[in-house]
Amino acid sequence: MTPGAEQRAAELDAAWGRLMVAAQGGNRVAYERLLRDCVPLIRRVARSQRVHPDTVDDVVQDVLLTVHRALQTYDPLRSFSAWLAAIAQRRSIDALRRHGRRDKREVYAPIDYENHADATATWHEEGTADMRGALVRIAVDELPAGQREAIELLAMRQLSLDEAARSTGKTTGALKVNMHRALRTLRTRFGGNVE
Amino acid sequence: MSLPLDDLIGQLGASLRPVRRLPGPLVRTGTWLGIVAGLGLVLACFAKLDAIAHRLASVPDMWMAVAGAALTAILAAVATFELSLPDRHPAWALLPIPGLALWIGATGLGCLRHWVIPDMHPATMRDTGDCFSFIVGLSIPLSIVTVMMIRRACPLRPGLTAAVGGLAVSAAAATLLTLFHPYDASAIDMLVHVVAVSLVVLANRAMGGWVLSPKPSLPRL
Repeated sequence: MTPGAEQRAAELDAAWGRLMVAAQGGNRVAYERLLRDCVPLIRRVARSQRVHPDTVDDVVQDVLLTVHRALQTYDPLRSFSAWLAAIAQRRSIDALRRHGRRDKREVYAPIDYENHADATATWHEEGTADMRGALVRIAVDELPAGQREAIELLAMRQLSLDEAARSTGKTTGALKVNMHRALRTLRTRFGGNVE
Repeated sequence: MSLPLDDLIGQLGASLRPVRRLPGPLVRTGTWLGIVAGLGLVLACFAKLDAIAHRLASVPDMWMAVAGAALTAILAAVATFELSLPDRHPAWALLPIPGLALWIGATGLGCLRHWVIPDMHPATMRDTGDCFSFIVGLSIPLSIVTVMMIRRACPLRPGLTAAVGGLAVSAAAATLLTLFHPYDASAIDMLVHVVAVSLVVLANRAMGGWVLSPKPSLPRL
């Protein structure tokens, strides 16, 4: 890093540190600005840890929630960037482990499944309600954990946002974000025809 | 940035409340050690200090075993309060190893001395039962104190943090046990110590990890 870039990084770190101290004092504007500003750093750390691109947004969300819970642990004498990067690194490793466990447990073979009952059946031509349900189920199972959880609780079990939030310990905002992403992923998967 | 992320940030901002900054890990370690020392002073009122001092001075491996247990308690306490912070590396969990090695090594040496020197007075089964009860009994309130002290932090590895906390607690209890331990180390005594410490560590990992976890487990369909 050049001396100029180092100085800019140090100035940015000091500015973030000041925003964090203000957030610890309850300043909502400073807090929201800080969270928005630090998203690119979280994404960069997640990518450097080789988190799958589909999961990077989940890591960002996890890190923001962790920062929210850990607000009182930040020491202004330490670098905010280093503090945040360490949290992002740990959460990225958690995401990689979750992903690894899922890959070990589940086999991605949608063609095999679709061809099992009737090799000629397709979604558009002869799909029955059962087949459609099975395909949706497979697509839901392949969603990242956070998105799968939101769709299972809010769409399949028809829980209210508050009930789902109580059940998972997540905020209603986090659940809405996951639900939105899950629906977007499913729409893409089914060519924009799934409601 | 996508709108949903903005929504999340808005929600987090809306739920922001002023927070009291957590004291540094060394300050919290000092407080914890102060509580243990206070407990030790209370227990010392009921112990025969002259006899204990004489025994520690005359049997070097016993002195070393006590020093090892105390060092384990101190290092494990430092590691616990470091691990309780979200930005600390899990390798902090390795910090108590030197103390643990000294503790186990010196206790093993005591057992060896019992085998080669006649006329020693090793602990009987009843004595070792008392040791077990003392370590486990004293570890319960200390574990509660420890979990309360790390609960306000935000450990990203709750189980590991609680397990190291359990080691700190059980090592502190074993150190204080010296005040009421008027017999020489034996293999069965050492085994009982190992079982008691392991039990406390595992119980802390299970219970403490559960208490410190930020959210309940996800219900699956």
